[in-house]
Amino acid sequence: MLDHFTPNKDIKAAEQSKKVREFADEKNIVNFFDVGEVGVEHCLLPEKGMVTAGDLVIGADSHTCTYGALGAFSTGVGSTDMAVGMAYGKAWLRVPSAMSFVLHGKPSKWVSGKDVILHIIGKIGVDGTLYKSMEFSGDGVQNLTVDDRLCICNMAIEAGAKNGFFPVDKQTVQYLEDHGAKPPRVYYADPDAAYEYVMEIDLAELKPSVAFPHLPENVKTFDEIGEVKIDQVVIGSCTNGRLSDFVTAAEILKGKKVAKGVRALIIPATQRIYLDAMKLGLLEIFVNAGCAVSAPTCGPCLGGHMGILAKGERCVATTNRNFVGRMGDPGSEVYLASPAVAAASALAGKLETPENL
Amino acid sequence: MLLKGTVIKYGDNVDTDVIIPARYLNTSDPKELASHCMEDIDKDFAKKIKPGDIIVAGSNFGCGSSREHAPIAIKYSGISCVVAKSFARIFYRNAINTGLPIIETDAEIDNGDELEIDLAAGTITNLTKGETSTFPPFPAFLQGIIDAGGLMNAMKKI
Repeated sequence: MLDHFTPNKDIKAAEQSKKVREFADEKNIVNFFDVGEVGVEHCLLPEKGMVTAGDLVIGADSHTCTYGALGAFSTGVGSTDMAVGMAYGKAWLRVPSAMSFVLHGKPSKWVSGKDVILHIIGKIGVDGTLYKSMEFSGDGVQNLTVDDRLCICNMAIEAGAKNGFFPVDKQTVQYLEDHGAKPPRVYYADPDAAYEYVMEIDLAELKPSVAFPHLPENVKTFDEIGEVKIDQVVIGSCTNGRLSDFVTAAEILKGKKVAKGVRALIIPATQRIYLDAMKLGLLEIFVNAGCAVSAPTCGPCLGGHMGILAKGERCVATTNRNFVGRMGDPGSEVYLASPAVAAASALAGKLETPENL
Repeated sequence: MLLKGTVIKYGDNVDTDVIIPARYLNTSDPKELASHCMEDIDKDFAKKIKPGDIIVAGSNFGCGSSREHAPIAIKYSGISCVVAKSFARIFYRNAINTGLPIIETDAEIDNGDELEIDLAAGTITNLTKGETSTFPPFPAFLQGIIDAGGLMNAMKKI
């Protein structure tokens, strides 16, 4: 899955990609995805039905924890662990203790999965669930779409978690069926399961949120945010590069123009999302609003390419990390937010909540 | 194994993007990675390290990406060991798998302190402060990976 530095970002990345291509060809790797087919891995695997409930997944990317949204146990490892896993079919795993996040109620219109996970990380910190499992439950789960849940589990790692996990419900089963995944094997928590910590969250009380530089735990809501001018907006990534994210952004950007001086980048995470966005007329809305639409890539999220920041520049991104130098110069700043906040900010030229538009 | 070196101290949440920024991940050459280690928070890191020096940090060291380039960059910069209050889990695995010694301790250690660490005995002696503290040994199977010099070597022995 060549997603981080493709289309090849520079000569060195091209050489690396070439090596991978040659290896995949030599070994007849069936599930090898290159430019033209590839998407951001954590959006592409669920889309292709390659993960199902009950699977135990390891992946050589920290955001492998995304698939917990589908009822899989899924966690990131390094490349040596991955190579050993591929060669031997084995991995060592310590059974983590669990922390429970009980979700109640229904989020308001402009509150999405991103705001839920930012709220949680803001409360417990970037090491709040270090080496632990984040287990989500409660009547509020049914009011979160599968895309919301994928976004929430995606950022479990930003609280230090080993994995995130949602219970399988009708929506999950429908999603798995729609994407041709294997029949789910459903596991639920024991009724008397012991948790290290339980946090109750009323989704109706949550507000659009932003994580300020340089940690995902520096979360603020708009009543605490003054005027923060921005230079760039990125809507995409394994966190928020799915079709529903672009539907939301387009709803805000339709018939309007991105503020002068703001570069707005739209990066559908997979070819199918790109195509669906095109069919729905979303790409036209984005281009007419003055956004640049890119081919699927991880690109700017990790400061790879396609939107690197200069010193002093600020970006509102729907991505997952805002560490020092994450998207470019160490003197640049990344503000993490939902697609709705990112789109509203693109129009305003500063951090803005869609509630004010 | 006895490690001896001067402490370079950092705070909490030292993330993989500052240990080795992603813009340099277009190479897997350990020396080249080491030349950019920590540069976004400590520009002179690569220049000032003496072989054997020890990184001491707060909680959640190595948070962020799964990039194995992070422990490799540290190891090839000449750092002999990373001592922290806690480690992010993927970094923890990657350090063991690539043979970078790491130790979890709450001992108070300051920048510039001289440390002597006995990995087998599980002791940290702060030569500057004249204090010795202990740390728990790794579980046997992890120690086996470390003794083999990393996971690749350990698997070859099975």
